[in-house]
Amino acid sequence: MYSEKVMDHFTNPRNVGEIDDADGIGEEGNPVCGDAMKIFIKVKDDVITDVKFKTFGCASAIAVSSMVTEMAMGMTIEEASKITRESLAEALDGLPPQKMHCSNLGADALHKAIEDYRSRQGK
Amino acid sequence: MNKIYMDHVATNPLHPEVLDAMMPYFKEHFGNPLSLYEPGVIAREAIEAARAATAELINAKAKEIIFTASGAEANNFALKGIAFAHQNKGKHIIVSKVEHHSVLNSARFLEKQGFAVTYLPVDKYGMVNPADVKKAIIDETILVSIIHASPEIGTIQPIAEISKIVKEKGVVFHTDSTSSVGNIPVDTESLGIDLMTFAAHQFYGPKGAAALYVRSGTRIVPLIYGGIQEGGRRAGTENVPAIVGMGKAAEITKRDLDKRIAHVIPLRDSIISNALKIDKVILTGHPEQRLPGHASFVVEYIEGEAMLMMLAVKGIYSASGSACSSKALKSSPVLISIGIPVHLAQGSVVFTLGESTTTEEIKYFNETFPQIISRLREISPYAQGWEGTEDSTCTAKK
Repeated sequence: MYSEKVMDHFTNPRNVGEIDDADGIGEEGNPVCGDAMKIFIKVKDDVITDVKFKTFGCASAIAVSSMVTEMAMGMTIEEASKITRESLAEALDGLPPQKMHCSNLGADALHKAIEDYRSRQGK
Repeated sequence: MNKIYMDHVATNPLHPEVLDAMMPYFKEHFGNPLSLYEPGVIAREAIEAARAATAELINAKAKEIIFTASGAEANNFALKGIAFAHQNKGKHIIVSKVEHHSVLNSARFLEKQGFAVTYLPVDKYGMVNPADVKKAIIDETILVSIIHASPEIGTIQPIAEISKIVKEKGVVFHTDSTSSVGNIPVDTESLGIDLMTFAAHQFYGPKGAAALYVRSGTRIVPLIYGGIQEGGRRAGTENVPAIVGMGKAAEITKRDLDKRIAHVIPLRDSIISNALKIDKVILTGHPEQRLPGHASFVVEYIEGEAMLMMLAVKGIYSASGSACSSKALKSSPVLISIGIPVHLAQGSVVFTLGESTTTEEIKYFNETFPQIISRLREISPYAQGWEGTEDSTCTAKK
Protein backbone atom coordinates (compact mmCIF):
# COMPACT_ATOMS: atom_id res chain seq x y z
CA MET A 1 0.00 0.00 0.00
CA TYR A 2 2.88 2.41 0.78
CA SER A 3 5.83 3.09 -1.52
CA GLU A 4 9.34 2.07 -0.44
CA LYS A 5 10.18 5.74 0.08
CA VAL A 6 7.24 6.22 2.42
CA MET A 7 8.30 3.15 4.40
CA ASP A 8 11.89 4.40 4.50
CA HIS A 9 10.92 7.82 5.87
CA PHE A 10 8.41 6.23 8.25
CA THR A 11 10.84 3.73 9.72
CA ASN A 12 13.87 6.09 9.68
CA PRO A 13 12.37 9.56 9.95
CA ARG A 14 14.84 12.41 9.44
CA ASN A 15 15.02 15.51 11.64
CA VAL A 16 12.79 14.35 14.49
CA GLY A 17 12.80 16.72 17.43
CA GLU A 18 12.26 20.30 18.51
CA ILE A 19 14.35 23.48 18.23
CA ASP A 20 14.31 25.42 21.51
CA ASP A 21 15.29 28.75 19.93
CA ALA A 22 13.36 28.27 16.69
CA ASP A 23 12.80 31.28 14.45
CA GLY A 24 9.44 29.94 13.32
CA ILE A 25 7.00 27.25 14.55
CA GLY A 26 4.09 25.84 12.56
CA GLU A 27 1.31 23.52 13.74
CA GLU A 28 -1.27 21.73 11.65
CA GLY A 29 -4.01 19.18 12.45
CA ASN A 30 -5.02 17.80 15.84
CA PRO A 31 -5.24 14.36 17.45
CA VAL A 32 -9.05 14.23 17.15
CA CYS A 33 -8.59 14.24 13.38
CA GLY A 34 -5.94 11.56 13.69
CA ASP A 35 -2.94 13.53 12.48
CA ALA A 36 -1.09 16.49 13.97
CA MET A 37 2.26 17.98 13.13
CA LYS A 38 4.56 20.55 14.67
CA ILE A 39 7.47 21.94 12.66
CA PHE A 40 10.36 24.12 13.87
CA ILE A 41 12.66 26.16 11.61
CA LYS A 42 15.91 28.00 12.20
CA VAL A 43 16.65 30.70 9.61
CA LYS A 44 19.84 32.57 8.77
CA ASP A 45 20.10 35.12 5.91
CA ASP A 46 16.72 33.92 4.61
CA VAL A 47 17.99 30.35 4.38
CA ILE A 48 16.54 27.49 6.45
CA THR A 49 19.59 26.23 8.33
CA ASP A 50 17.83 23.76 10.59
CA VAL A 51 14.41 22.16 10.67
CA LYS A 52 12.85 19.64 13.04
CA PHE A 53 9.44 18.02 13.45
CA LYS A 54 7.16 16.13 15.83
CA THR A 55 4.18 14.26 14.44
CA PHE A 56 1.23 12.31 15.79
CA GLY A 57 -0.34 10.24 13.06
CA CYS A 58 -0.22 7.32 10.72
CA ALA A 59 2.77 6.03 8.78
CA SER A 60 2.24 8.41 5.86
CA ALA A 61 1.85 11.43 8.17
CA ILE A 62 5.24 10.64 9.70
CA ALA A 63 6.82 10.01 6.27
CA VAL A 64 5.46 13.29 4.88
CA SER A 65 6.79 15.18 7.91
CA SER A 66 10.21 13.64 7.50
CA MET A 67 10.25 14.38 3.77
CA VAL A 68 9.22 18.03 4.15
CA THR A 69 12.05 18.64 6.60
CA GLU A 70 14.54 16.98 4.27
CA MET A 71 13.32 19.08 1.33
CA ALA A 72 13.19 22.39 3.22
CA MET A 73 16.65 22.04 4.76
CA GLY A 74 18.99 24.52 3.04
CA MET A 75 16.23 26.14 0.98
CA THR A 76 15.57 29.86 0.99
CA ILE A 77 12.31 30.92 2.64
CA GLU A 78 11.01 31.77 -0.81
CA GLU A 79 11.82 28.30 -2.20
CA ALA A 80 10.44 26.50 0.87
CA SER A 81 7.15 28.38 0.62
CA LYS A 82 6.66 26.81 -2.81
CA ILE A 83 6.67 23.23 -1.46
CA THR A 84 3.18 21.85 -1.97
CA ARG A 85 1.22 18.79 -0.84
CA GLU A 86 1.55 17.47 -4.38
CA SER A 87 5.32 17.97 -4.64
CA LEU A 88 5.72 16.21 -1.28
CA ALA A 89 3.59 13.26 -2.32
CA GLU A 90 5.54 13.07 -5.56
CA ALA A 91 8.88 13.09 -3.71
CA LEU A 92 7.60 10.08 -1.75
CA ASP A 93 6.68 8.22 -4.97
CA GLY A 94 3.01 8.84 -4.25
CA LEU A 95 0.60 8.37 -1.34
CA PRO A 96 -2.51 6.18 -1.24
CA PRO A 97 -5.48 8.31 -2.45
CA GLN A 98 -7.30 8.22 0.91
CA LYS A 99 -4.15 9.54 2.61
CA MET A 100 -3.67 12.55 0.31
CA HIS A 101 -5.80 14.84 2.48
CA CYS A 102 -5.66 13.69 6.07
CA SER A 103 -2.03 12.83 6.54
CA ASN A 104 -0.46 15.22 4.05
CA LEU A 105 0.08 18.03 6.54
CA GLY A 106 3.77 18.65 5.95
CA ALA A 107 3.50 21.53 3.47
CA ASP A 108 0.77 23.29 5.46
CA ALA A 109 2.74 23.05 8.70
CA LEU A 110 5.89 24.31 6.99
CA HIS A 111 4.03 27.26 5.48
CA LYS A 112 2.70 28.13 8.94
CA ALA A 113 6.24 28.02 10.34
CA ILE A 114 7.36 30.36 7.54
CA GLU A 115 4.43 32.69 8.30
CA ASP A 116 5.42 32.65 11.96
CA TYR A 117 9.03 33.46 11.01
CA ARG A 118 7.94 36.33 8.77
CA SER A 119 5.64 37.82 11.39
CA ARG A 120 8.47 37.65 13.96
CA GLN A 121 10.67 39.50 11.46
CA GLY A 122 7.94 42.08 11.07
CA LYS A 123 7.91 41.37 7.36
CA MET B 1 12.37 -13.08 9.50
CA ASN B 2 9.49 -15.26 10.63
CA LYS B 3 6.15 -13.54 10.42
CA ILE B 4 4.02 -13.52 13.55
CA TYR B 5 0.31 -13.54 12.83
CA MET B 6 -1.60 -11.84 15.63
CA ASP B 7 -4.79 -11.01 13.72
CA HIS B 8 -6.74 -14.25 14.06
CA VAL B 9 -9.97 -12.28 14.47
CA ALA B 10 -9.56 -11.04 10.87
CA THR B 11 -9.25 -14.55 9.49
CA ASN B 12 -7.38 -17.83 9.91
CA PRO B 13 -5.44 -20.16 7.67
CA LEU B 14 -7.12 -23.40 6.62
CA HIS B 15 -6.50 -26.35 8.88
CA PRO B 16 -4.54 -28.88 6.76
CA GLU B 17 -7.18 -31.57 7.37
CA VAL B 18 -9.82 -29.14 6.09
CA LEU B 19 -7.98 -28.57 2.83
CA ASP B 20 -7.63 -32.35 2.37
CA ALA B 21 -11.35 -32.80 2.92
CA MET B 22 -12.19 -30.08 0.40
CA MET B 23 -9.90 -31.09 -2.45
CA PRO B 24 -11.98 -33.95 -3.94
CA TYR B 25 -14.95 -31.57 -4.27
CA PHE B 26 -12.92 -29.26 -6.55
CA LYS B 27 -11.88 -32.24 -8.66
CA GLU B 28 -13.62 -35.57 -9.12
CA HIS B 29 -16.74 -34.77 -7.05
CA PHE B 30 -17.66 -31.62 -8.95
CA GLY B 31 -21.34 -32.50 -9.41
CA ASN B 32 -24.23 -30.12 -8.83
CA PRO B 33 -25.99 -31.24 -5.64
CA LEU B 34 -29.36 -30.95 -7.41
CA SER B 35 -28.40 -33.41 -10.16
CA LEU B 36 -30.04 -36.80 -9.87
CA TYR B 37 -27.16 -38.96 -11.13
CA GLU B 38 -24.24 -40.18 -9.05
CA PRO B 39 -21.91 -37.09 -8.96
CA GLY B 40 -24.90 -35.00 -7.84
CA VAL B 41 -25.79 -37.51 -5.15
CA ILE B 42 -22.20 -37.52 -3.86
CA ALA B 43 -22.15 -33.71 -3.66
CA ARG B 44 -25.55 -33.63 -1.94
CA GLU B 45 -24.54 -36.24 0.61
CA ALA B 46 -21.32 -34.30 1.32
CA ILE B 47 -23.32 -31.14 2.01
CA GLU B 48 -25.69 -32.96 4.32
CA ALA B 49 -22.78 -34.54 6.24
CA ALA B 50 -21.22 -31.06 6.57
CA ARG B 51 -24.56 -29.70 7.79
CA ALA B 52 -24.72 -32.37 10.50
CA ALA B 53 -21.13 -31.68 11.64
CA THR B 54 -21.71 -27.91 11.61
CA ALA B 55 -24.90 -28.32 13.64
CA GLU B 56 -23.14 -30.52 16.16
CA LEU B 57 -20.53 -27.84 16.91
CA ILE B 58 -23.26 -25.52 18.22
CA ASN B 59 -25.58 -28.25 19.59
CA ALA B 60 -28.27 -27.71 16.96
CA LYS B 61 -30.23 -29.93 14.58
CA ALA B 62 -28.88 -30.32 11.03
CA LYS B 63 -32.08 -28.90 9.50
CA GLU B 64 -31.58 -25.72 11.53
CA ILE B 65 -28.41 -24.81 9.60
CA ILE B 66 -28.68 -22.63 6.47
CA PHE B 67 -25.35 -22.23 4.68
CA THR B 68 -24.47 -18.76 3.41
CA ALA B 69 -21.40 -17.26 1.74
CA SER B 70 -20.33 -15.07 4.66
CA GLY B 71 -21.13 -13.92 8.16
CA ALA B 72 -22.25 -10.60 6.66
CA GLU B 73 -24.77 -12.42 4.47
CA ALA B 74 -26.07 -14.41 7.45
CA ASN B 75 -26.49 -11.20 9.47
CA ASN B 76 -28.32 -9.49 6.58
CA PHE B 77 -30.50 -12.58 6.21
CA ALA B 78 -31.34 -12.67 9.93
CA LEU B 79 -32.30 -9.00 10.22
CA LYS B 80 -34.13 -8.57 6.92
CA GLY B 81 -35.57 -12.07 6.88
CA ILE B 82 -37.10 -11.75 10.35
CA ALA B 83 -38.19 -8.13 9.84
CA PHE B 84 -40.08 -8.91 6.64
CA ALA B 85 -41.53 -12.17 7.98
CA HIS B 86 -42.87 -10.59 11.18
CA GLN B 87 -43.76 -7.03 10.13
CA ASN B 88 -47.49 -7.71 10.56
CA LYS B 89 -46.88 -8.11 14.28
CA GLY B 90 -44.86 -4.89 14.57
CA LYS B 91 -42.02 -2.91 13.07
CA HIS B 92 -39.62 -2.40 15.96
CA ILE B 93 -36.12 -3.89 16.18
CA ILE B 94 -33.49 -3.69 18.92
CA VAL B 95 -29.74 -3.95 18.33
CA SER B 96 -26.73 -2.82 20.37
CA LYS B 97 -24.36 -0.02 19.43
CA VAL B 98 -21.45 -2.47 19.24
CA GLU B 99 -22.74 -4.68 16.43
CA HIS B 100 -20.77 -5.55 13.32
CA HIS B 101 -21.38 -3.25 10.33
CA SER B 102 -23.40 -5.98 8.62
CA VAL B 103 -25.94 -5.80 11.48
CA LEU B 104 -25.81 -2.01 11.93
CA ASN B 105 -26.12 -1.27 8.22
CA SER B 106 -28.94 -3.82 7.81
CA ALA B 107 -30.72 -2.06 10.70
CA ARG B 108 -30.22 1.31 8.99
CA PHE B 109 -31.59 -0.16 5.75
CA LEU B 110 -34.66 -1.39 7.62
CA GLU B 111 -35.16 2.09 9.11
CA LYS B 112 -35.44 3.40 5.55
CA GLN B 113 -38.06 0.70 4.92
CA GLY B 114 -40.22 2.07 7.75
CA PHE B 115 -38.96 -0.01 10.68
CA ALA B 116 -38.01 1.65 13.97
CA VAL B 117 -34.67 0.63 15.48
CA THR B 118 -33.46 1.07 19.06
CA TYR B 119 -29.65 1.12 19.40
CA LEU B 120 -28.82 -0.01 22.94
CA PRO B 121 -25.88 1.61 24.71
CA VAL B 122 -23.13 -0.40 26.40
CA ASP B 123 -21.07 0.18 29.54
CA LYS B 124 -17.36 1.04 29.59
CA TYR B 125 -16.50 -2.62 28.96
CA GLY B 126 -18.80 -2.83 25.96
CA MET B 127 -21.35 -4.85 27.91
CA VAL B 128 -25.09 -4.66 27.15
CA ASN B 129 -27.18 -4.43 30.33
CA PRO B 130 -29.97 -7.07 30.14
CA ALA B 131 -32.23 -4.66 32.08
CA ASP B 132 -31.87 -2.17 29.19
CA VAL B 133 -33.06 -4.84 26.76
CA LYS B 134 -36.10 -5.50 28.94
CA LYS B 135 -36.94 -1.77 29.07
CA ALA B 136 -36.54 -1.34 25.31
CA ILE B 137 -38.96 -4.12 24.33
CA ILE B 138 -42.40 -2.81 23.35
CA ASP B 139 -45.50 -4.55 21.91
CA GLU B 140 -44.28 -3.83 18.37
CA THR B 141 -40.82 -5.36 18.92
CA ILE B 142 -40.25 -8.30 16.57
CA LEU B 143 -36.49 -8.85 16.78
CA VAL B 144 -33.59 -8.33 19.16
CA SER B 145 -30.07 -8.83 17.78
CA ILE B 146 -27.05 -8.63 20.10
CA ILE B 147 -23.49 -9.55 19.13
CA HIS B 148 -22.10 -12.52 21.09
CA ALA B 149 -18.47 -11.38 21.29
CA SER B 150 -16.80 -8.24 20.00
CA PRO B 151 -13.99 -8.72 17.48
CA GLU B 152 -12.65 -5.28 18.41
CA ILE B 153 -12.62 -5.36 22.21
CA GLY B 154 -13.17 -9.08 22.92
CA THR B 155 -16.08 -8.57 25.33
CA ILE B 156 -18.48 -11.52 25.61
CA GLN B 157 -22.11 -10.50 26.15
CA PRO B 158 -24.44 -12.22 28.67
CA ILE B 159 -26.40 -13.77 25.78
CA ALA B 160 -28.19 -16.47 27.83
CA GLU B 161 -29.46 -13.87 30.29
CA ILE B 162 -30.60 -11.52 27.51
CA SER B 163 -32.27 -14.29 25.50
CA LYS B 164 -34.28 -15.35 28.57
CA ILE B 165 -35.71 -11.83 28.80
CA VAL B 166 -36.38 -11.60 25.07
CA LYS B 167 -38.05 -15.04 24.89
CA GLU B 168 -40.28 -14.24 27.91
CA LYS B 169 -41.61 -11.32 25.84
CA GLY B 170 -42.22 -13.63 22.88
CA VAL B 171 -39.72 -11.80 20.65
CA VAL B 172 -37.30 -13.42 18.17
CA PHE B 173 -33.65 -13.27 19.27
CA HIS B 174 -30.61 -13.31 17.00
CA THR B 175 -26.95 -13.26 18.00
CA ASP B 176 -23.95 -12.65 15.76
CA SER B 177 -21.53 -15.31 16.97
CA THR B 178 -18.98 -14.83 14.21
CA SER B 179 -16.22 -14.00 16.69
CA SER B 180 -17.25 -16.54 19.33
CA VAL B 181 -17.90 -19.83 17.50
CA GLY B 182 -14.53 -21.54 17.36
CA ASN B 183 -13.13 -19.53 20.25
CA ILE B 184 -15.46 -20.42 23.12
CA PRO B 185 -18.08 -23.19 23.59
CA VAL B 186 -21.33 -22.10 21.93
CA ASP B 187 -24.51 -24.08 22.59
CA THR B 188 -27.77 -22.92 21.01
CA GLU B 189 -29.79 -24.70 23.70
CA SER B 190 -28.11 -23.15 26.74
CA LEU B 191 -28.00 -19.75 25.01
CA GLY B 192 -31.71 -20.07 24.17
CA ILE B 193 -31.41 -18.08 20.95
CA ASP B 194 -33.57 -18.33 17.80
CA LEU B 195 -30.98 -17.35 15.21
CA MET B 196 -27.22 -17.30 15.18
CA THR B 197 -24.59 -16.22 12.66
CA PHE B 198 -21.19 -17.90 12.41
CA ALA B 199 -18.44 -18.20 9.81
CA ALA B 200 -16.05 -21.03 8.93
CA HIS B 201 -12.90 -18.95 8.48
CA GLN B 202 -13.05 -17.97 12.13
CA PHE B 203 -12.30 -21.61 13.06
CA TYR B 204 -9.78 -22.65 10.41
CA GLY B 205 -12.36 -23.35 7.74
CA PRO B 206 -12.48 -21.68 4.33
CA LYS B 207 -13.63 -18.17 3.49
CA GLY B 208 -16.89 -18.19 1.54
CA ALA B 209 -18.65 -20.55 3.95
CA ALA B 210 -20.81 -19.40 6.86
CA ALA B 211 -24.18 -20.26 8.32
CA LEU B 212 -27.30 -18.89 9.86
CA TYR B 213 -28.74 -21.14 12.54
CA VAL B 214 -32.54 -20.82 12.49
CA ARG B 215 -34.38 -22.58 15.30
CA SER B 216 -37.08 -24.99 14.05
CA GLY B 217 -40.40 -23.23 13.72
CA THR B 218 -38.95 -19.72 13.27
CA ARG B 219 -40.51 -17.97 10.28
CA ILE B 220 -38.00 -16.21 8.02
CA VAL B 221 -38.20 -14.69 4.53
CA PRO B 222 -35.35 -15.54 2.13
CA LEU B 223 -32.75 -12.95 1.22
CA ILE B 224 -31.93 -14.70 -2.06
CA TYR B 225 -34.76 -16.10 -4.18
CA GLY B 226 -34.34 -18.75 -6.82
CA GLY B 227 -34.19 -22.53 -6.61
CA ILE B 228 -34.87 -24.94 -3.81
CA GLN B 229 -31.38 -25.05 -2.34
CA GLU B 230 -31.18 -24.87 1.47
CA GLY B 231 -34.83 -25.82 1.70
CA GLY B 232 -35.82 -22.89 -0.50
CA ARG B 233 -34.48 -20.43 2.09
CA ARG B 234 -31.24 -19.58 0.27
CA ALA B 235 -31.14 -20.10 -3.47
CA GLY B 236 -28.00 -20.58 -5.56
CA THR B 237 -25.84 -23.55 -6.50
CA GLU B 238 -24.05 -24.57 -3.33
CA ASN B 239 -20.34 -23.85 -2.85
CA VAL B 240 -19.76 -27.55 -2.20
CA PRO B 241 -16.00 -27.51 -1.40
CA ALA B 242 -16.40 -24.59 1.02
CA ILE B 243 -19.39 -26.17 2.75
CA VAL B 244 -17.50 -29.47 3.07
CA GLY B 245 -14.61 -27.46 4.52
CA MET B 246 -16.89 -25.78 7.03
CA GLY B 247 -18.17 -29.17 8.15
CA LYS B 248 -14.66 -30.53 8.58
CA ALA B 249 -13.52 -27.40 10.42
CA ALA B 250 -16.54 -27.71 12.74
CA GLU B 251 -15.69 -31.34 13.47
CA ILE B 252 -12.05 -30.46 14.28
CA THR B 253 -13.10 -27.48 16.38
CA LYS B 254 -15.46 -29.60 18.45
CA ARG B 255 -12.57 -32.02 19.03
CA ASP B 256 -9.87 -29.38 19.73
CA LEU B 257 -11.71 -26.43 21.28
CA ASP B 258 -10.73 -27.04 24.92
CA LYS B 259 -7.10 -27.45 23.88
CA ARG B 260 -7.20 -24.26 21.78
CA ILE B 261 -8.65 -22.24 24.65
CA ALA B 262 -6.12 -23.60 27.16
CA HIS B 263 -3.34 -22.76 24.70
CA VAL B 264 -4.17 -19.10 24.09
CA ILE B 265 -5.28 -17.93 27.55
CA PRO B 266 -1.82 -17.79 29.18
CA LEU B 267 -0.35 -16.18 26.04
CA ARG B 268 -3.07 -13.54 26.02
CA ASP B 269 -2.64 -12.89 29.75
CA SER B 270 1.09 -12.43 29.23
CA ILE B 271 0.46 -9.82 26.52
CA ILE B 272 -2.05 -7.95 28.69
CA SER B 273 0.07 -7.91 31.86
CA ASN B 274 3.15 -6.79 29.92
CA ALA B 275 1.35 -4.09 27.96
CA LEU B 276 -0.30 -2.67 31.07
CA LYS B 277 3.14 -2.12 32.63
CA ILE B 278 3.70 0.57 29.96
CA ASP B 279 2.65 4.09 30.97
CA LYS B 280 -0.67 5.27 29.51
CA VAL B 281 -1.73 1.99 27.92
CA ILE B 282 -5.35 1.04 28.58
CA LEU B 283 -7.02 -2.34 28.10
CA THR B 284 -10.23 -2.04 26.04
CA GLY B 285 -13.12 -4.42 26.64
CA HIS B 286 -13.93 -6.52 29.68
CA PRO B 287 -10.97 -7.71 31.78
CA GLU B 288 -12.53 -11.17 32.45
CA GLN B 289 -15.54 -11.66 30.18
CA ARG B 290 -13.43 -11.60 27.03
CA LEU B 291 -12.43 -13.93 24.19
CA PRO B 292 -9.60 -16.27 25.25
CA GLY B 293 -7.11 -15.15 22.57
CA HIS B 294 -8.02 -11.46 22.50
CA ALA B 295 -5.94 -8.54 23.78
CA SER B 296 -6.94 -4.99 22.78
CA PHE B 297 -5.60 -1.65 23.92
CA VAL B 298 -5.51 2.06 23.36
CA VAL B 299 -2.05 3.55 23.59
CA GLU B 300 -1.99 7.26 24.42
CA TYR B 301 -0.08 9.86 22.37
CA ILE B 302 0.45 7.73 19.27
CA GLU B 303 -1.69 6.55 16.38
CA GLY B 304 -2.85 2.98 15.70
CA GLU B 305 -2.06 2.67 12.01
CA ALA B 306 1.53 3.80 12.64
CA MET B 307 1.80 1.19 15.42
CA LEU B 308 0.35 -1.48 13.14
CA MET B 309 2.74 -0.59 10.30
CA MET B 310 5.77 -0.41 12.61
CA LEU B 311 4.82 -3.83 14.08
CA ALA B 312 4.45 -5.20 10.54
CA VAL B 313 7.98 -4.01 9.74
CA LYS B 314 9.07 -6.08 12.77
CA GLY B 315 7.16 -9.06 11.36
CA ILE B 316 4.10 -8.80 13.60
CA TYR B 317 0.64 -8.57 12.02
CA SER B 318 -2.08 -6.88 14.08
CA ALA B 319 -5.21 -4.71 13.72
CA SER B 320 -6.41 -1.26 14.78
CA GLY B 321 -9.74 0.55 15.13
CA SER B 322 -8.16 3.94 14.48
CA ALA B 323 -9.60 6.26 11.85
CA CYS B 324 -6.44 6.19 9.74
CA SER B 325 -6.38 2.41 9.60
CA SER B 326 -9.93 2.21 8.22
CA LYS B 327 -10.73 2.69 4.56
CA ALA B 328 -13.59 4.98 5.62
CA LEU B 329 -11.19 7.02 7.79
CA LYS B 330 -13.61 6.89 10.71
CA SER B 331 -12.84 5.82 14.25
CA SER B 332 -14.38 2.56 15.37
CA PRO B 333 -17.97 3.11 16.60
CA VAL B 334 -17.31 0.38 19.18
CA LEU B 335 -14.52 2.38 20.84
CA ILE B 336 -16.66 5.53 20.84
CA SER B 337 -19.59 3.53 22.32
CA ILE B 338 -17.50 2.39 25.30
CA GLY B 339 -16.66 6.03 26.01
CA ILE B 340 -13.14 6.21 24.60
CA PRO B 341 -12.60 9.84 23.47
CA VAL B 342 -11.88 10.23 19.74
CA HIS B 343 -8.24 11.28 20.20
CA LEU B 344 -7.61 8.16 22.32
CA ALA B 345 -9.44 5.88 19.90
CA GLN B 346 -6.75 6.84 17.37
CA GLY B 347 -4.33 4.81 19.50
CA SER B 348 -6.28 1.56 19.19
CA VAL B 349 -4.46 -1.70 18.58
CA VAL B 350 -5.82 -5.27 18.64
CA PHE B 351 -3.93 -8.57 18.98
CA THR B 352 -5.71 -11.89 18.51
CA LEU B 353 -4.04 -15.26 18.96
CA GLY B 354 -4.63 -18.70 17.55
CA GLU B 355 -3.51 -22.29 17.79
CA SER B 356 -0.29 -21.56 15.88
CA THR B 357 0.80 -18.78 18.27
CA THR B 358 3.89 -19.84 20.24
CA THR B 359 5.43 -18.82 23.55
CA GLU B 360 8.55 -17.65 21.67
CA GLU B 361 6.43 -15.41 19.45
CA ILE B 362 4.78 -13.82 22.47
CA LYS B 363 8.18 -13.34 24.11
CA TYR B 364 9.41 -11.51 20.98
CA PHE B 365 6.18 -9.51 20.86
CA ASN B 366 6.46 -8.51 24.52
CA GLU B 367 9.97 -7.19 23.84
CA THR B 368 9.04 -5.43 20.59
CA PHE B 369 5.75 -3.75 21.50
CA PRO B 370 7.17 -1.41 24.19
CA GLN B 371 10.06 -0.46 21.87
CA ILE B 372 7.64 0.55 19.14
CA ILE B 373 5.53 2.56 21.55
CA SER B 374 8.54 4.51 22.82
CA ARG B 375 9.86 5.03 19.27
CA LEU B 376 6.55 6.52 18.11
CA ARG B 377 6.27 8.57 21.30
CA GLU B 378 9.69 10.07 20.55
CA ILE B 379 8.21 11.31 17.28
CA SER B 380 4.91 12.45 18.84
CA PRO B 381 4.40 16.08 19.89
CA TYR B 382 2.17 14.85 22.76
CA ALA B 383 4.56 12.48 24.53
CA GLN B 384 4.34 14.73 27.61
CA GLY B 385 0.54 15.12 27.48
CA TRP B 386 -2.29 16.16 25.21
CA GLU B 387 -1.82 19.95 25.86
CA GLY B 388 -5.57 20.49 25.76
CA THR B 389 -5.80 19.40 22.14
CA GLU B 390 -8.20 16.57 23.03
CA ASP B 391 -11.10 19.03 22.97
CA SER B 392 -10.40 20.02 19.36
CA THR B 393 -12.98 19.30 16.74
CA CYS B 394 -12.21 17.80 13.41
CA THR B 395 -13.56 19.74 10.50
CA ALA B 396 -10.76 18.92 8.08
CA LYS B 397 -11.87 17.10 4.98
CA LYS B 398 -10.98 13.47 5.45
